[in-house]
Amino acid sequence: MPDISALRCRECARTFELVDLHVCDFCLGPLEVVYDYERVASRMGRASVAGGPRSLWRYRDLLPVDAEAAVDLGAGCTPLVRAERLGAQLGLRELWIKNDTVNPTGSFKDRVVSVALTKARQLGYKVAACASTGNLASAVAAHAAWAGMDSVVLVPRDLERAKIQMASVYGGRVIAVDGTYDDVNRLCAELAGEFATWAFVNVNLRAYYAEGSKTLAFEICEQLDWEVPDHVVVPIASGSQLTKVKKGFDEFGLVGLVTGAGRVRVSGAQALGCSPVATAHAAGSDEIVPVRPHTVAKSLAIGNPADGYYALQAIAETGGGCAAVTDDAILEAIRLLARTEGIFAETAGGVTIASLLQLVEDGTIAPHERVVAIVTGHGLKTVEALSDRLEVAPAIPPTLDAFCELVEGLDEATPLAVGGRS
Amino acid sequence: MSTTIRIPSLLRTLCGGSSTVAVEADTVGNALFELECRHPGFGERLFDGDGRLRRHVNVFVDDEDIRHLHGLATTLAADTTISIIPAIAGG
Repeated sequence: MPDISALRCRECARTFELVDLHVCDFCLGPLEVVYDYERVASRMGRASVAGGPRSLWRYRDLLPVDAEAAVDLGAGCTPLVRAERLGAQLGLRELWIKNDTVNPTGSFKDRVVSVALTKARQLGYKVAACASTGNLASAVAAHAAWAGMDSVVLVPRDLERAKIQMASVYGGRVIAVDGTYDDVNRLCAELAGEFATWAFVNVNLRAYYAEGSKTLAFEICEQLDWEVPDHVVVPIASGSQLTKVKKGFDEFGLVGLVTGAGRVRVSGAQALGCSPVATAHAAGSDEIVPVRPHTVAKSLAIGNPADGYYALQAIAETGGGCAAVTDDAILEAIRLLARTEGIFAETAGGVTIASLLQLVEDGTIAPHERVVAIVTGHGLKTVEALSDRLEVAPAIPPTLDAFCELVEGLDEATPLAVGGRS
Repeated sequence: MSTTIRIPSLLRTLCGGSSTVAVEADTVGNALFELECRHPGFGERLFDGDGRLRRHVNVFVDDEDIRHLHGLATTLAADTTISIIPAIAGG
């Protein structure tokens, strides 16, 4: 709600109204939305949330925009799935998967874009834009189409084909840039200064955009019947999502919707080929040294994470850990999640699940904890990453004999008749 | 050795609205010092109390982040461009 929130510089603490400003105009520090929590608490309760729309806009009291004219394709309210098979395999008492693959464009980015473009429209912007590792591009293009805005999305040229094709379908302009995501990011930071009428959602609307990720934490609490989990595993690209998930739990505690919010441990998940936050965490350093990414998890390939420092702080404050997993582990984890829980995740989800395994193995996650792993994007977006690992479907003539012959030849280790869920 | 410093839009009020400032300097640190001398105000915005570049301020020499080079001690060839870009985007 705009009347009870403001922008505050995370570095020098100067405050601003909810204006069109993307960094502190004194020290260039990032801006954070702060709320008057007493007033939020007076108007937000479990019943008012439960009676709200079936999208992230049910949490409008803790979002910094006017929800009456929301750009809402229905992002949010995704399933929180009890993962019994995977949990049993890992020796965890209670494991849940936050399945954010089922958002309108197949990733959690729909949450942040819904908030950012709602604000962009209110500020009078006509063109929606972004720097993207793939998922954001489709989310921006789709929401812009819905809102009747033009869109321009910039992506690194080596992105997965499916992501570029998907982003192109919504009618906006997709521009492939020679370089890494960090190069695209830097270009957009410069463009945002020059093209003043363009809303680069993750640049000049970033303060508003990032708030959308809090709704992951809000939903998890509501879906756990207004309780908090003990431990949550969140992938790290820029570090914004992890930081905001922690903020979400804290805010639900501050407005009295849950108790024990301060006990939620937050752990990070990175690919070994792009792990600047995990590296700093392992070294006990608070300095993030940028890297040149080289990983199959392209959606997380940010070598110079703008919110890496804050993610590191959130992990340290809550007693979480930060894993770094190999490409091989990522691709195996995608199959593990699909085979145990029927959820097909993109490579970023593979990073989350492989990190979950690593954090259980190294003792960071205890067996008795109630754990939530956030799976942020759909597997169809990165299906090419698995092409070497999937069996080619056998082709047979359409006859009973041919089928029986094939089935007889099947290895006993992969019987056709498998047990149902117990 | 002329170096062009590209100024982020939010800080252009400090240098009369210009998008670039030309300086003569042999290192990145000296170029930014020269910028502060000519247009006071940049220093306190770009550096913290200990004289270190603020962590959310990215500085590039041509296309390279100075953290991949030698930081403020990075030497400047002739006709290079320094860009100052706040670390705000991402993911």
